[in-house]
Amino acid sequence: MRDRLFSIIQGLRADYIEVRLDESQSSRLAYRGERLEEAGRTAGTGGCVRALVKGGWGFASFNSMDRLADSAAMAVEQATHVGQGHSEFSPAQAVIDKVEAECKKNPLEIPLSAKKSLLDEYNRIMLETPGIQTTSIGYGDIRKKVTFASSDGSYIEQSRIDLNLRLSAIASRNADVQQVGLSIGSKGDFSTVEGLQEKVKAIAQRAVALLSAPEVKGGTFTVVLDPVLAGVFVHEAFGHLSEADHIYENPQMRDIMVLGRRFGGQHLNIVDGAAVPGLRGSYRYDDEGTPASKTYLIKEGLLNSRLHSRETAARMGENPTGNARAINYSYPPIVRMTNTYIEPGTTTFNDMIGGINKGVYAKDWYGGTTSLEMFTFSAGEAYMIRDGKIAEMIRPVVLSGNVFTTLNNIDAIGNDLDMNQGGGCGKAGQSPLPVSNGSPHIRIRNCLVGGK
Amino acid sequence: MEEILDIARRSAESVEVFRVTSVRTPVQFEANRLKQIQTKESVSVALRLVKNGKMGFAQASGNVPPADLVRMALETSQFGYQVNFDFPSLQSFEKVEVFDPQVEHISIDSMINLGQTIIDAVCSNTAGIICEGSISRGTATFEIASTGGGHASCKRTNFSVSMDGMLVRNGDILYVGDIRSSCRPIMDPSPVAGEIIRQLDLARSNAPIKSGTLPVIFTPFGVAGSLLAPLISAFNGKTVLDGASPMKDKKDMVIFDRRLLLTDDPTIPYQPGSTPFDDEGMPARRNALIEHGKVAQFYYDLHTAALAGSSSTGNGSRSGGMPSPSIHALVIEGGKVSQADMLKDMKEGLIIEQLMGAEQGNILNGDFSGNVLLGYKVDNGEITGRVKDTMVSGNVYQLLKEVLAIGSDSRWIAGYVNTPSIYCPAIAVAAK
Repeated sequence: MRDRLFSIIQGLRADYIEVRLDESQSSRLAYRGERLEEAGRTAGTGGCVRALVKGGWGFASFNSMDRLADSAAMAVEQATHVGQGHSEFSPAQAVIDKVEAECKKNPLEIPLSAKKSLLDEYNRIMLETPGIQTTSIGYGDIRKKVTFASSDGSYIEQSRIDLNLRLSAIASRNADVQQVGLSIGSKGDFSTVEGLQEKVKAIAQRAVALLSAPEVKGGTFTVVLDPVLAGVFVHEAFGHLSEADHIYENPQMRDIMVLGRRFGGQHLNIVDGAAVPGLRGSYRYDDEGTPASKTYLIKEGLLNSRLHSRETAARMGENPTGNARAINYSYPPIVRMTNTYIEPGTTTFNDMIGGINKGVYAKDWYGGTTSLEMFTFSAGEAYMIRDGKIAEMIRPVVLSGNVFTTLNNIDAIGNDLDMNQGGGCGKAGQSPLPVSNGSPHIRIRNCLVGGK
Repeated sequence: MEEILDIARRSAESVEVFRVTSVRTPVQFEANRLKQIQTKESVSVALRLVKNGKMGFAQASGNVPPADLVRMALETSQFGYQVNFDFPSLQSFEKVEVFDPQVEHISIDSMINLGQTIIDAVCSNTAGIICEGSISRGTATFEIASTGGGHASCKRTNFSVSMDGMLVRNGDILYVGDIRSSCRPIMDPSPVAGEIIRQLDLARSNAPIKSGTLPVIFTPFGVAGSLLAPLISAFNGKTVLDGASPMKDKKDMVIFDRRLLLTDDPTIPYQPGSTPFDDEGMPARRNALIEHGKVAQFYYDLHTAALAGSSSTGNGSRSGGMPSPSIHALVIEGGKVSQADMLKDMKEGLIIEQLMGAEQGNILNGDFSGNVLLGYKVDNGEITGRVKDTMVSGNVYQLLKEVLAIGSDSRWIAGYVNTPSIYCPAIAVAAK
């Protein structure tokens, strides 16, 4: 295969060419209430070729390997049609490597029947909880091998196994429906979805309790976020803005995002990096063959660096960071996050809530999104804080912020960093990409909370 | 397909094969100019089979031998659900126009020209705006065959135009945009350029807003982005069957404003959501979900319908897995009131164009809460500017129980929702 790919690449004229070939196998189980709705398996092959000519890009994807040579020619032809200027693309050393999948407990070696009995047990725990109306469970695992060859002379084979589990407990009384979910993900370790019985029971009980919980009245509050929700916060509030493809071609954004600009207090350090080992967003090379790195986006409150592909790095005169990722062969790589987190500080949880007369403690996540400047993120669980103590449970809240003020309003960072591996990120139609994010507990002053 | 059917029928009681073949060519613009041309070819085959009365499922794309696909489906059938329906035996369907040969003949250069014309129009209206978007054409062929004798095949074209503008001004970021999609070529740049320019003109300055309760107009974009997700979930036969829908015991009851008509309509010619049959080979048809405020009908696929003692409404849909109920194209019937008249009626209020985060709340319950990504403040019947750092929260069922007016300004959003503006008496606003 290596010789074939190189002979195709060498036979074409472009400033840069890359070929990616995917092979994948996946399995999936889905429940609605008592019913197993889906037990399915998927297998697939596919590939793509991307070419850069005079600053213009061409991209062609296909399923059937006999389309490889034609697609390569088409990608170059399209790039040639687009290219009017000159290509800027960071040079790279040729890399020849083979990366095997990490798997502590390989989900592919576990029979479907064993997966099913584990999920049956979780489902029973939820359904037996008084007040639970129904449940929803989705489990999936995928093994994927990606072969990458480029005109740099690189040839990299990387395999990875990704798995995820989402459980929802749904309680209902009259026309009121409340739900609580639990999401777990992992890079090839089935044991992360085992032994969740207590957590599963807790989400079911909480869904029922939510039926009696009051709603908060909207407005600004001092909020404390748990590590999971603070992880979603940092992903939405700052991670996306750090992606250089939002910046590199926009002169005003380049002014706003000038390195050294202050975004937060001295205590604020934000990191992204696929080189941080063992997490769901970890890998050795990105989809342009750049080795993974660990990047300080914010260091001591100041904008320190950003996430790059080889094109955005070259255009901004900075170094590639290994953040060009494609969800599969039918998309070109774009700048994405990997493992994003706020580094721990020194504040204990009790000190953090101790001084709050009236505030909101928001935990766990439901979702999040950003428009770069403004962002929203929603909690899966929330409580009032009254007189320095956690008080009554309230209906989950949607929080919102503005990147130019909210990071500055973080006035306490905890000592209890934890990573959430259950999420997936969406950008430009490529979703859900495996990422992780995390943080210690953080406190934000003057945070906008939606409510009636 | 025949080969898979033949291999599978040797070991299974009944078999169904679903195949989609597609090719799509997006032309992409970045930073106000052409950036990339793509060609995406895809073939995927999904196999459902019934073995010992139980459902097996496997799916493949690319070079996967038919025997492997059958083996995978047989393996999963050990765990599958007890099958309670037959694969349809239908072979002919009422014609729905979804193919226009013109689409395949649109040249790349004319797509480039269309995108660049839109960008130039927007840039000449507003200096400093950065546009990003795509013009895309594509063809997809859907085929279904089963051992029950059912056979369906349909070729569909698609043409779509999407453009977003980002304007950075005084440390303030504004997003505007439009998306249109059809089975026929969309070659006129003016509707998309005009819509973006309209949004830019309205958002030229920011207006202050205070926390409280205000009347609100959801524009067609606002309706599509804020109010529909909870209804789509609540009218899904599966949500109803599970008892997780607030509509579960409201069938035939009037719980919405009498003027409200909500229909799922896959029969409108040349709309991208239109189709003669669903992804299980059942005839797709027009279904009224809300009829003059009354909960008229829920939507079903074969499996869910059989469990619910109902029948398929032709809403079986596949998105990477087994079929499940899904809507084709939602149409909210337009009213008689112009947006200008709604505006005149408003002493102090809010117009919502885009709500960010609206689908991240408890959709099942009809709750939504989000940041007004694009919205305008109204004072004494006039738009006074864009609101920022503002959240609104509401419940779809409370909002739509009694509305002030339904607009005469219906339009398609991305080709899958057709809606007018809706003017509601009150929404909770939280502002900084």
